[in-house]
Amino acid sequence: MKQFQSFLKKEFYHIFRDSRTTITMMVIPIVLVILFGYAITTEIKSTRFVVFDQSKNSTTQRIIDRLAASEYFVIYKQVSSYEEIETLFRKNKIRMAIVFPPDFEENRQTGTEVQLLTDASDPNEATSLVEYATTIINTELTKDYIVSSVGIKPVVRLLYNPQMKDAYNFVPGVMGMILILICSIMTSVGIVREKEYGSMEVLLVSPLKPVYIILAKATPYLLISLVNILTILSLAYFLLDVPIKGSLFLVIMLSLLYALLALTLGLFVSTIAKTQQAAMLICGIALMLPIILLSGMMFPVENMPWILQQLSNLIPARWYIVALRDVMIKGLGVTEILPEISILVVMTLVLIVLSVKRFKVRLE
Amino acid sequence: MNSVQISHITKSYGNVTAVRDISLSINSGELFALIGPDGAGKTTLFRMLTTLLLPDKGDATVCGLDMRKDWRQIRTISGYMPGRFSLYQDLSVEENLEFFATVFKTTIQENYDLIHDIYVQLEPFSKRRAGKLSGGMKQKLALCCALIHRPRVLFLDEPTTGVDPVSRKEFWDILSRIKEQNITIIVSTPYMDEASRCDRIALMRNGSCLRTDTPEQICASFPHKLWSLKGKELYQLLLDAREYPQTYSCHAFGDCHHFIFKEENDKADDLAAYLRMKGHEDVLIERLEPSVEDCFMDFGEDDQ
Repeated sequence: MKQFQSFLKKEFYHIFRDSRTTITMMVIPIVLVILFGYAITTEIKSTRFVVFDQSKNSTTQRIIDRLAASEYFVIYKQVSSYEEIETLFRKNKIRMAIVFPPDFEENRQTGTEVQLLTDASDPNEATSLVEYATTIINTELTKDYIVSSVGIKPVVRLLYNPQMKDAYNFVPGVMGMILILICSIMTSVGIVREKEYGSMEVLLVSPLKPVYIILAKATPYLLISLVNILTILSLAYFLLDVPIKGSLFLVIMLSLLYALLALTLGLFVSTIAKTQQAAMLICGIALMLPIILLSGMMFPVENMPWILQQLSNLIPARWYIVALRDVMIKGLGVTEILPEISILVVMTLVLIVLSVKRFKVRLE
Repeated sequence: MNSVQISHITKSYGNVTAVRDISLSINSGELFALIGPDGAGKTTLFRMLTTLLLPDKGDATVCGLDMRKDWRQIRTISGYMPGRFSLYQDLSVEENLEFFATVFKTTIQENYDLIHDIYVQLEPFSKRRAGKLSGGMKQKLALCCALIHRPRVLFLDEPTTGVDPVSRKEFWDILSRIKEQNITIIVSTPYMDEASRCDRIALMRNGSCLRTDTPEQICASFPHKLWSLKGKELYQLLLDAREYPQTYSCHAFGDCHHFIFKEENDKADDLAAYLRMKGHEDVLIERLEPSVEDCFMDFGEDDQ
């Protein structure tokens, strides 16, 4: 036990004396959250639009007011012709135009039409704009008006994230990425550095058990990941208004389990890599790309081809992100995420067994 | 009693045979040196004895413990100082020593008498980071760390390489004092002049062991008469001496050349006349006692 404590102390000396790396580890999560939260956003905010109202009645006026009052849209001006709309689109003054036909009010009983024009040179944005505007218009239309039994009208309600906020999606994603990157890179580099500097040779020719070496390497980074978890969560909660609907304790425990998995992944990498650069490359490229592309953080897993879906099952981040969303956004409890938890636990155990088996007590 | 017993040990890396069928027996309490140039296989042999590598063939025991079966015990009774400085550069002198003491389940106080001599020199720098020490100081610290658990056998891989001559001498003085504590010391070095500080030496080259004996015996068994050549134009003198028909060998040794005649007849005057004819004035030819290095060079002549 004293051996372990002493080793742990040494690891903390390494970490605190290499202040540049430590600060980087603390700052990267903050930078990423802010970047994703403000810069790289596909969210609609204060989009300028024009209105071509050929009907001019109280309903259309209410709809326009409603749109303009939302935080997504700002009215640019009222126009009186399609040509004007076209010119404004070309000048990039507006992103959307809304056209009410002359017979808007008359046809309301049988189903009326509103025309939405968007600039589809950015298809994602155009789709989002249409969705946002449709939601607002429909809400307004159905509010004081019971729709007659003519036809079936789908009433869309977006559960858990009614405003379609990006942060709800990327905060779990960023956690999934940062924890695995920091934990795996730091542990693998920490162990490989001992090999590179030759101190591993001295450690091996000592009565120190390999399991102590491994544990002592992992513990400090587990603590650092706890700090990271708390930073990201508070940034998400206070800055990006992402709610934590489920138990905060469960969120933290789940994240710590995932951090542990990442640490064992780092241990495993350290048994393969011979140099610090190799360890970094393996963790950086071989782990980061699959996480971004296959974890469901950016692209939904359901839409992937079969083979990629199978592959994504092997990505720990996928299970973590799903479970974290369930707890944070949907407010589910521990029983609902048991499948994900068990998958993460099994992955951790497999990696621990593999790393301990592969950990060499000799130089070859 | 034999502290380390090596029999027919062989180790290859791919096509390169690093250690070739070496057998040695090192007595308990002996100060034993493996002497040879870079690539002679010294480090590989050390790594096998410290159980860091397994040999392809052959066996060895350290204090009666088998290197294959009892590697865990061997690791508790041996102290190892690798050739490269392998302590933690970002930890202070004191922190390094404390760390290695606890790793070996002991404390600095417990074995302080053993390292006292060395540690007093380090004490003024005890708060300094190990990476900021001079080469000689680093080696002393590494030695302290290897000694802190009072090992029965101490393996030192090239401890004096890259260290200035004064520190080298100091280091050997320290080793002699450690030996008095009845610790077997096995040290490797490329410097032949350090051989005289050892009880016995093994001359190594290309993975083989050429000769094992006391330094005195090795020198005494030198089969030739040795002469030294001195002159003004040393390089030209070497070339001309090698041209001389009666030359068996001539090697440059610092400020003079070591010369051996082909047949054992002392025709030093003839050589002097020949060299004067070649234009070398003030040639000084004297008899010389062979050193370990001469013996090592002579083994080379046999090979070729």
